Amino acid sequence: MNRRIPAIMLKEVNHILRDSRTLMIVILMPIMQLVIFGYAMNMEIRGIRIGVYDYRDSALSRELVHKFAATESFQISYPQKPIGEMNRYFYQRAFHAFLIIPADFDHTMVRQNQAEVQLIIDASDPNAATMIQNYSFAVVNMFNDAERLLPIRVKTNILYNPDLKSAYFFVPGLIAMILVMISALLTSIAISKEKELGTMEQILVSPIKAHEIIIGKVLPYILLALIDAMLVLLIGKYLFKVPFVGSFPVFLAFTMLYVIVALSLGLLISTIARSQQAAMMMAITMTMLPTMMLSGFMFPIASMPKALQLITRFVPARYYLQIIRGIMLKGNGFAQLMQPGLALILMAAVLLILAIKRFSLRLK
Amino acid sequence: MNTINIEHLCYYYDKVQALDDVSLSVIEGEIHGLIGPDSAGKTTLMRILCGLMPTQEGKVSVLSLDSDDFMQIRSLIGYMPQRFSLYQDLSVAENLKFFARLFNVPAGERDKRMQDLYAFSHLEEFSGRRAGALSGGMKQKLALSCALIHRPRLLILDEPTYGVDPVSRQEFWQMLKQIQGDGTTILVSTPYMDEAELCDRVSLINGGKILESDTLTNIRSKWNRKVFSFSAPNLKQLFGVLEPLAESCQLFGNEIHIVIPNASAAQSLDIIKSRVEGIKYRYEEIESSMEDIFLSYMNPGVWRVS
Repeated sequence: MNRRIPAIMLKEVNHILRDSRTLMIVILMPIMQLVIFGYAMNMEIRGIRIGVYDYRDSALSRELVHKFAATESFQISYPQKPIGEMNRYFYQRAFHAFLIIPADFDHTMVRQNQAEVQLIIDASDPNAATMIQNYSFAVVNMFNDAERLLPIRVKTNILYNPDLKSAYFFVPGLIAMILVMISALLTSIAISKEKELGTMEQILVSPIKAHEIIIGKVLPYILLALIDAMLVLLIGKYLFKVPFVGSFPVFLAFTMLYVIVALSLGLLISTIARSQQAAMMMAITMTMLPTMMLSGFMFPIASMPKALQLITRFVPARYYLQIIRGIMLKGNGFAQLMQPGLALILMAAVLLILAIKRFSLRLK
Repeated sequence: MNTINIEHLCYYYDKVQALDDVSLSVIEGEIHGLIGPDSAGKTTLMRILCGLMPTQEGKVSVLSLDSDDFMQIRSLIGYMPQRFSLYQDLSVAENLKFFARLFNVPAGERDKRMQDLYAFSHLEEFSGRRAGALSGGMKQKLALSCALIHRPRLLILDEPTYGVDPVSRQEFWQMLKQIQGDGTTILVSTPYMDEAELCDRVSLINGGKILESDTLTNIRSKWNRKVFSFSAPNLKQLFGVLEPLAESCQLFGNEIHIVIPNASAAQSLDIIKSRVEGIKYRYEEIESSMEDIFLSYMNPGVWRVS
């Protein structure tokens, strides 16, 4: 019977349990990241400076502006400069947003039973911009109710950041990011550390094969990464009140798949990097940025240039996000998640095979 | 049948040549010393034997297997790298068990072998201690035990006694003799020349070249030189006189050792006597030590003197 894979596994478990640094990465890092990110993204905003260009200046339009002023959230003022200077105000941070009421406001309202006002938001701070947009919708709805009028249609035009997602979407995104980062980080040092300490030289002079080392090193970390997944899920559910509509076993199965992808990526990095430090840097840059930028976490993929859209196909979080948003918010089951699931299986297989191929049974 | 056969082996790190036309054989059952200074090529040679580095040029066979068969070679040999390479956060027993599993030693058999190794290394009372907390000498004993857990037919040890205190070194060599007694062939490298005396045969290596490979007795007689030890109150002055006359002239504590070819010994001594007139000195012929032989072979070479 082959004892080599269990031997490597057992040894790794001992390393993990005896190294406080690993345990810190596994337990404290995700909690801190989720709590800090989660609260930072959930901050409420007061005192939004909104500039009003009221080209109609009728009783009705003033009533709308008054509704904005009546909330605690908005501070109204009327900028002197012509509308073309709006950019300058944004650059100076004098205003967060502008409300533009067209001259035909009353007229179209009467004629067409609906009117358009324009809201221009500085979204260089995307979270603030979401809030401003949501608050504005609320104010307009209040106005509609109060005046018993047919709805005004607010046409939002957002500058600097074309894409805004609601807070619910952030927690799944953070789960995807934290899991991929920590998993890759854990295994990235698994091989480079042994190279650095010289222990690799000793174990290579045994009949061990590349796949035995790689598989023996991945398996214990799957459990560890799943513990992390539970941790972030619990925090997301109880601290941030993110709904979990779907089935837990489905979540567990896909999450396991996702962490295997991340762990394999870490191992692949580990076979390339020459030092532990280099491996950790590579693991963080290769997981954090693509997960934030190219997974649909912050920016929807559909609105990216074609070239970037193509790149997102190689970002595992893209598929995982689709999966957990589906499970947590919509209650999707296996059947609906087949396609992203298969993509993850393919990625795990390719990464593992690459790691085994790259792993050299000789010294460099 | 030779356990190791190396023919015309060359190895290059990029453009730097580490091994230059090395031919060497290790006879079954012997302790073979690979003796040379730092960066002589000892580690490179050993790593090639273990299949850790490829054979670039030349032919290497270990236990009748070609060096391309390195996976099979690895299951039959034990190797101890230069640096302590066990897991410092695992205990003595855990390290032993880990290497037993790597070599697929059955559990029952493993426990028996561990007992044997404990008896021989006196490590049993430390079996629960983490390897990182062992003393230098004990670390080397543990590394040796790990290399022996699968009963290898050939043991390759890269400077196993480097940095170990003299008492532990002596114990370590006693252990090697015991292992040899069990029928294991041993190839051991060392920078310490006195350890050459403990080997059955030695190979002197420097600058990637094998200078000599034979028993110590044969090397001595082939060397064919005499060594004289001079002492004087004013060593510096004496040194100035001796240096241009001798083949090699080295300071050893408060003595000067000079090497003179056998054939011209008498003649050279006469010349020396005539040159050093007026200086107070004493001299005697001494038996050539390994150190003298090396220094004359490798001069100029940088040596760690044990």
